[in-house]
Amino acid sequence: MSHPSPVSLQGVVTLHVNGEGAQVGAALHDTLLTVLRDRLQLTAAKRGCNQGVCGACTVSVDGMPMRACLSLAHNCESVEVRTLEGLLDCPHLQALQAAFASSGAFQCGFCTPGMLVSARSLLQRDPDPDERAIRSALSGNLCRCTGYVKIVQAVQAAARSLLPEGAAS
Amino acid sequence: MSGAVIEAAACAGGVGQGIPQLEANEKLTGSAQYIADMARPGMLHGAILQSHLPHARIRGYELSQALALPGVRAIVTGDDLPDGHRMGAFIKDEPAFAKGKVRYVGEIVAAVAADTEAIARQATRLIRVDYEELPAVLDPAESLAPGAAVIHEEASSYVKVFDAGTEGNLCSRTSFRAGDADKAWAECDLVVEGSYQTQAQAHLSLEPCGALAEIDATGRVTLWSANQSVFRVQASVCESLGLPMTRLRCLTPRIGAGFGNKMEAHVQPAVVLLAMKARKPVKLILSREEDFESVRARHPATIRMKTGVKRDGTIVARETELLLDGGAYGDDSPGVLGYALLMNCGPYRIPNVHAHGRVAYTNKLRFGAFRGFGVPQVTFASETQLDEIAHQLGMDPIALRRRNMLAGSDPWFGGQPILSNGLAQCVDIVEKASGWPQPSAQGASDRQRGLGVALTAHISGLLASGAIVRVLEDGTVLLNTGAVDIGQGSNTVLTQMCAEALKLPVDRVAIASPDTDGSPYNWGTTASRVTYVAGRSVVGAAAEVEGKLKQHASEMLECSVEDLELLAGGRVAIKGVAQRSVSFAEISGRAHWAAGGPIIGTHSWVFDQKTVDPKRAVVEGLPFPQIGIYSFNALVVEVEVDELTGKVRIVNAWSACDIGRAINPTMATGQIEGAFVQGMGYALTEEMVWDGARLANPSLMDYKIPTFAELPDSIHAYLVESNEPSGPFGAKSVGEIGINGVAAAIANGIAQATGVRLHQLPLSAERVLNGLLAKDDGEGAA
Repeated sequence: MSHPSPVSLQGVVTLHVNGEGAQVGAALHDTLLTVLRDRLQLTAAKRGCNQGVCGACTVSVDGMPMRACLSLAHNCESVEVRTLEGLLDCPHLQALQAAFASSGAFQCGFCTPGMLVSARSLLQRDPDPDERAIRSALSGNLCRCTGYVKIVQAVQAAARSLLPEGAAS
Repeated sequence: MSGAVIEAAACAGGVGQGIPQLEANEKLTGSAQYIADMARPGMLHGAILQSHLPHARIRGYELSQALALPGVRAIVTGDDLPDGHRMGAFIKDEPAFAKGKVRYVGEIVAAVAADTEAIARQATRLIRVDYEELPAVLDPAESLAPGAAVIHEEASSYVKVFDAGTEGNLCSRTSFRAGDADKAWAECDLVVEGSYQTQAQAHLSLEPCGALAEIDATGRVTLWSANQSVFRVQASVCESLGLPMTRLRCLTPRIGAGFGNKMEAHVQPAVVLLAMKARKPVKLILSREEDFESVRARHPATIRMKTGVKRDGTIVARETELLLDGGAYGDDSPGVLGYALLMNCGPYRIPNVHAHGRVAYTNKLRFGAFRGFGVPQVTFASETQLDEIAHQLGMDPIALRRRNMLAGSDPWFGGQPILSNGLAQCVDIVEKASGWPQPSAQGASDRQRGLGVALTAHISGLLASGAIVRVLEDGTVLLNTGAVDIGQGSNTVLTQMCAEALKLPVDRVAIASPDTDGSPYNWGTTASRVTYVAGRSVVGAAAEVEGKLKQHASEMLECSVEDLELLAGGRVAIKGVAQRSVSFAEISGRAHWAAGGPIIGTHSWVFDQKTVDPKRAVVEGLPFPQIGIYSFNALVVEVEVDELTGKVRIVNAWSACDIGRAINPTMATGQIEGAFVQGMGYALTEEMVWDGARLANPSLMDYKIPTFAELPDSIHAYLVESNEPSGPFGAKSVGEIGINGVAAAIANGIAQATGVRLHQLPLSAERVLNGLLAKDDGEGAA
């Protein structure tokens, strides 16, 4: 067993999270998810698998959805990180929140922060996505409760609500 | 039943309205707190050491290196567990964690509390356990054969809550007899027999299991955990640690879904023991791999089924023999066996039945409750066998089902009366919507499409529940049921019922978070029971409050109670004279400060309808003598089989459920859609695979659940409201029923599309392709 002592690799990382600079103690092997959740107490992003599969840890990195559990914190010093907590003023996110609520597009809610971050990124790139585009953009976010149907409907509804009157395809 | 008849919804958000979940705001902003998000001052972090052996005696532990690691605060092993204290829902066979022996790879052997999770995990690797390896038993049939290594030497002395018949590696056995199946075969024109195999399925709630325990200065412990019942957690921890229940208070954070995996204990006993030893709060969250390996999973089943029919399709007799792999501990296995056998006929009249089965202990993780609770397994056999019979009789599969399905006053198998049965309407809906009997369109060349059908049922009621409804000083209402919302929305549904009963808008009713100190007992959020069982408690408690409000009002308005009615919005008025009224606030003020005392309504009950009428069936080893109230489901799926690869795609699905009454239609259809997709995973891709004794695929990379990419073009969920007379506002259950028939319907669709009939789950591309190749060989030879 040659596991290094977890204490010996401590360092400090400077991150830009939710519009603010943060200097945080982080070991070289600490992931962005660990720093966000355990050091900064930003717990919206969830640790569902810690292997980059479930998508529950999805955060926005320079506007693109990224798995926080696969990103080393020390590699994130030059990027802009936004967790769900830092996106609450975004109109795209607000439209998604309203549609998720009225469509019943979440149940337990554990996958929801990651799902919302991915869906917001989609709507920013493509304001009028068709169903295929929605399924494709969200295919890296697992949900075990809803069966996905209402999530697709909610993203469609959110997109419609953001389009100028009469512009829906 | 009192108070069940309510006029058309006069309250915002009342019964029948698809309002958003009450937790929408916190879940959609990321502020909802799940167990891993919690922290307490001075909190330590825990980690587990798991057994790497499937079966071994523990000779001792060497902890000095681990204890010497800076930051380690406490280590607990089997030596810290009191002798003779075991937990278990049906058979008390399980210590808090391994004591004396390990019985599966992945079992918790020790746990560490340290300043950080990293230190705790490192310390677990420094613990040395001295094992004496024993022969492992990995197959349930081998486990029951003479000469197999014995997994529980003291099995006969364990406390059991029913006549389990435990002996050697036989965990439990159950049998039902109705009519005389042995004689009836001679009356049949056709007898079809088959053997069916189903696999282990992982629950895969996205939130891994975890717990946080904190001890106070008096030695009393408060425990938060990922759970489906604060009361089952309390019972399991106290049983296994030998604590009086007054020493442990159980609370719940938000739950990242439970499909049965969080109903019985997982890490809670170890975490409580760590907190007691460290005298500090301890939080322990399992990794995804640890959760896969150590919690529980759906039972692998071997089913032998034989069905005899008349030439016109009338079913005369059935024999079902079920062998379940129970894993290392009894857990919910006896219940799953008994329930699967109770459901072995499906929603059909079969006069002569012999259904019997066994649960075998093996050196694998516990198999236990999982959405469907044995019904998906037995339905895979029964509903695919019905299609084989239809095929051999040259009958339409739906026509065969219609000829036999329960209708009118037909009772359930075993004799329990059915007071609401909307199955026929469910069948009509999916038959018409799906374009039965042929798919409306064909796929590309080399892709064959087919339709498959399955009919199923599920219970809504068992065991105990209570509710307390309190009118606060300002006339708003607090509801407390002790039922944990595991994400499916029961807080919302129960609140809607309470609001409807008192004619209040939903935002005037708050629901308390379950707390074993302050909530009335509720057995658990399991068995599709909360809407029906806790709902009846809510309606009963609200009716008591209504009576007390009216008593006050009659004194305030100087009229008789009989002349009063509730008005929407929180007032009591003289019937037909709305201006002669008093508000709930005025009444509650009077109650708090002048007369009568605070208004509190309570109701508690236990489901007491007998499972079996002894005049209709003889049963041995029945784990739940009182269970019932049936919901019904008809499901048609359209499958497309790629003949070159064997890959199956679900194109469309139509699922109609008779749930009595939809309290919240949006959430009810969400249950049906979610259950369908979870069932799709079970049918097509999900399988826990063992390499010897070790689980080979304990990760989401190697264990494949459905994603958006596998989502069918459409899933149509239909709600049929048959109005259950005993149900709260007519409601029955919806949580599990949607998964029961999925694997069978897909298998039937594959058979219609290709002629390939598979008896083993999952219906993987490899199995389908092998079936196609075997069929081609057969045709070539013919």
